[in-house]
Amino acid sequence: MSSPIISIQGLTKTFASGFTALKGIDLEIPRGEIFALLGPNGAGKTTLISILCGLVNPSDGRATADGHDIISDYRAAREKIGLVPQELTTDQFEKVRATVAFSRGLFGKPKDPERVDRVLRELSLWDKRDAMLMTLSGGMKRRVMIAKALAHEPSILFLDEPTAGVDVELRRSMWQVVRALRESGVTIILTTHYLEEAEQMADRIGVINAGELVVVEETHELMRRLGEKRLTLQLDRPLERLPAALADHDLTVSDDGWALIHTYNSRDRAAGISALFRDLDAAGVGLRDVDTQKSSLEEIFVDLVNTGGRA
Amino acid sequence: MNFHAIATIYKTEMARTWRTLFQSVVSPVISTSLYFVVFGSAIGSRIDEVGGVSYGAFIVPGLIMLTLMTQGISNASFAIYFPKFIGTIYELLSAPISYVEIVISYVGAAATKSAMLGLIILATASLFVDLEIAHPFMMLLFLVLTSVTFSLFGFIIGIWADNFEKLQLVPLLIVTPLTFLGGTFYAIDMLPPLWQKITLFNPVVYLVSGFRWSFYGVADVSVGLSLVMITVFLAACMALVAWIFRTGYRLKS
Ligand SMILES: Nc1ncnc2c1ncn2[C@@H]1O[C@H](COP(=O)(O)OP(=O)(O)OP(=O)(O)O)[C@@H](O)[C@H]1O
Ligand SMILES: [Mg+2]
Repeated sequence: MSSPIISIQGLTKTFASGFTALKGIDLEIPRGEIFALLGPNGAGKTTLISILCGLVNPSDGRATADGHDIISDYRAAREKIGLVPQELTTDQFEKVRATVAFSRGLFGKPKDPERVDRVLRELSLWDKRDAMLMTLSGGMKRRVMIAKALAHEPSILFLDEPTAGVDVELRRSMWQVVRALRESGVTIILTTHYLEEAEQMADRIGVINAGELVVVEETHELMRRLGEKRLTLQLDRPLERLPAALADHDLTVSDDGWALIHTYNSRDRAAGISALFRDLDAAGVGLRDVDTQKSSLEEIFVDLVNTGGRA
Repeated sequence: MNFHAIATIYKTEMARTWRTLFQSVVSPVISTSLYFVVFGSAIGSRIDEVGGVSYGAFIVPGLIMLTLMTQGISNASFAIYFPKFIGTIYELLSAPISYVEIVISYVGAAATKSAMLGLIILATASLFVDLEIAHPFMMLLFLVLTSVTFSLFGFIIGIWADNFEKLQLVPLLIVTPLTFLGGTFYAIDMLPPLWQKITLFNPVVYLVSGFRWSFYGVADVSVGLSLVMITVFLAACMALVAWIFRTGYRLKS
């Protein structure tokens, strides 16, 4: 197997204020993956990316990009990396094509107008190539920032909240761009607050909370876990124990005997809810009320933190 | 060395000069030329020669120095402050470019601009007053050293400044007064004895004196001392820049 393109060990950041934003992050990202960092505001997503890209000094730990240490071998490491930061920061007085060509030069690549033009076309900026940045809409500016990040043909692309403040249509087109990039072999690390986005895009999802990476999991596995629901059946009279006829169902009797609790995964087609109701009826168990609860991302956070991420 | 990056930044910075031609070239040339006209022609005709040089010609080197210093500072400080202010500095910090390369490209562009302005003003001045350049090579050496040193100084100010006031503060409150008190408009021996001593604490005196010597062969202080002073200032700025980058001061948290 080829070595991971990103490897992070014990990465820690304590700011001058004394605040610790990252608490010993360990993470490996294989080549060609789309990895989503998911977490609430202030979790440390931007800090992590900023360290990897050279904007923030780590307090402890180390990281490599394509085998190159981000500090001691920063030139080789940074040549591989493209960054689209969270904030829209552009020189308003520059023109689109000039600013993209500037980025390419800054990263040490010889002039290549064709390459620059191709990036502009891919991001639907061709019509705006000679426009000043201040005349562009926010969504276009964000695409210009992506174009700048891609101008030097990086093999790793960091997208810090690429779809914040972006309408549905542009979000779709952003996703398409990301997929096309992956096709061309680029490894993509994106951050997001939206589970839906992570689910749509990522091969794996890392959940970060309060500076700790609480889980790193294949997307479908995490989603399966998130699909877990709890069905509570309030009974019309208490049960002492589960009737034998219902033994096949994953049911537990509540402590007071007034309820039956069934956990199932709403993503499973054969969740067996109808069968459960038929069997309840057949067993003569009367219901007063039913109630379902979905395990939320927050619950998963709590669950993961409590179980040390090895749930 | 990431030569592509150096060339890219340098060219972009120079392009900014052409794009803002009026503000960055025409306006300093005009405002400095006003001095030649007012002081040189109007007032100068009523003042005796200073050290064997007509007053109009006497003030030219000092005025060119003033331009080199103020333009070097304002160009370099703005060039690095602006990306910090609007946030585009992220790109510079994430690029495979060393600190030395960043300094070479920004300070190089700012110094080129101010040296160029100095030469344009020199050419303009020669239209109004009779100039002679006794030591052309030394003249260019002073011109380049001063442009580089003060651009470096401006670069430091641009990194230190966290608002626009601070950006203006040092040039306005320190550099311009020191230049006006630095012998641009008078020879030191025209001052009362006490002030002749005090004025030697003004570093600009040494620059103006050395630069004027390269024109007319007369100086307030020895040329060697002038060269030493500017080299010391250059070295001090370099040390400060090295420290800034080593610690990430005001650039990286
Ligand atoms: N320069 C700094 N000095 C002190 N604290 C900082 C600094 N930068 C970030 N922080 C703190 O570090 C924590 C993590 O910030 P970070 O920007 O990494 O969060 P994030 O996960 O990207 O959040 P968001 O989703 O809102 O973008 C926050 O509590 C933030 O206040
Ligand atoms: Mg963030």
